[in-house]
Amino acid sequence: MIDLLLEPVSYEFMQRALATAVVASVVCGVLSCWLVLVGWSLMGDAVSHSVLPGVVLAHVLGIPLSIGAAALGFLAVALIGVVRSTSRVKEDAVIGIVFTTLFALGLVLVSVTPSQTDLNHVLFGNLLGVSRSDLVGVVVLGALVLAVLLLKRRDLTLLAFDPTHAYAIGLNPRRLSALLLGLLALTAVVALQAVGVVLVVAMLIIPGATAYLLTDRFQVMLLVAPAIALVCGVTGVCASYHLDTSTGPMVVLAQGAAFALVYLLAPRRGVLAARVAAARRRRQLVSRPA
Amino acid sequence: MSAAVDVRDVTVHYGDVLALDGATLAVGHGRVCGLVGMNGSGKSTLLKTVTGLVRPDTGAVAVDGVPPDVARRQGVVGYVPQTEDIDWDFPLSVRDVVMTGRYGRMGPTRRPRAADREAVAHALARVELTDLAERQIGALSGGQRKRAFVARGLAQGATVLLLDEPFAGVDKRSEATITRLLRELAAGGATVLVATHDLHALPGLADEAVLLMRRVLRHGPVEDVLRPEHLALAFGLDPLRGEAS
Repeated sequence: MIDLLLEPVSYEFMQRALATAVVASVVCGVLSCWLVLVGWSLMGDAVSHSVLPGVVLAHVLGIPLSIGAAALGFLAVALIGVVRSTSRVKEDAVIGIVFTTLFALGLVLVSVTPSQTDLNHVLFGNLLGVSRSDLVGVVVLGALVLAVLLLKRRDLTLLAFDPTHAYAIGLNPRRLSALLLGLLALTAVVALQAVGVVLVVAMLIIPGATAYLLTDRFQVMLLVAPAIALVCGVTGVCASYHLDTSTGPMVVLAQGAAFALVYLLAPRRGVLAARVAAARRRRQLVSRPA
Repeated sequence: MSAAVDVRDVTVHYGDVLALDGATLAVGHGRVCGLVGMNGSGKSTLLKTVTGLVRPDTGAVAVDGVPPDVARRQGVVGYVPQTEDIDWDFPLSVRDVVMTGRYGRMGPTRRPRAADREAVAHALARVELTDLAERQIGALSGGQRKRAFVARGLAQGATVLLLDEPFAGVDKRSEATITRLLRELAAGGATVLVATHDLHALPGLADEAVLLMRRVLRHGPVEDVLRPEHLALAFGLDPLRGEAS
């Protein structure tokens, strides 16, 4: 059993793949706790797609990818906000328009950019091809995002729970939203390395949603979500090695499977537990003397 | 001495919709004031101008003699939201929620100190929720939920407390507890503004009432404002006997 884990690790490219998957999983897992509670899942999808042109342009200009990504992330959200508040089009439609357009722009830019960047790697990730410097970038960015998230965790939770109260006691919900958004854009860059633009949103939602089914404590969610993501990251990478399948999608598949298991089997919020409890109540009603 | 809440000639638009139209009222320290009016009469909007969340197009609001933006940074204003504005599945305990009342007084990471824990414990005791403090916030009854949010305002040390429909979906016992609590707060010098549909609760609760229909139609003693001919102005019929609620 342990060989299943150890054999892949004997190759250096697999070590880097695992390390990248672990960092991306943990950072996304922590961030996902807030995204699912604020109701920003669709926003996570939008931002992670919209960063693409920013990443490509940053690559061309030779500036850090994270700056380009963050800039485009903010641009996307600004565009969404402006169009929503100045037209009659509903928010979900506006999000759909803005992010697909920016994503398309990114794809066009990739196609005209003379570089070794493989479109497939951008779209679906390239865990097996992570270079040493890529890994360093992922670790630095991931650590930065994680540090800020944990330092401001109580404010961000209040933002998600009751922004009106946050405002009434002198906090600045707009600034906190912007902070969460910036962290989302940076996290998208981290996760892009691992699973690619298309699947980033999975890592930004599934761990948080899964943990949410398991606990009523936000502090516990903040531990459970990254733990689930971590196990899925390692499982996905190792499974892809042994089964010879593409790596990023295997990680997401593992997360989806984890969610399905918890959805069905969670002790209190799971579907089965709810069925059993309902059946027990019915039996008690029937057996009670009239 | 200036009024605790001073709203002067305040007009608010949401896009093309006129929400408040030259509303003026002053509420003194230690008073409980009921805001009465139909849906869309501007009750919630009025409360939001006091928190500073909604900025008036014209006119001015002062809390303890200073603008809302200054007052909110001093932690003067406590806000008890409408039930439907809260996600009751949110994974926070009652104690966690009450603790957020202390955030304005804490350092940047909001790490609670002993004084914060004490204030929270004290607030929970006052609203009689000590035994339920570790429950998830949604696992409370309607009245207990409201009391938890009042406790948050207590922990905050708010001297101006704004409540938006505190009696909606609340059982009689909790209504009595909330009423007693608000009276105690007012006796201690706090000012309480209550936006409510529940006209029956007002006489036992409020010192004064405001009849709102985008403008202030009537402001005075509760029994005067609740007279049928006055209510008819704001509701179009007699809500104490009729069908409107």
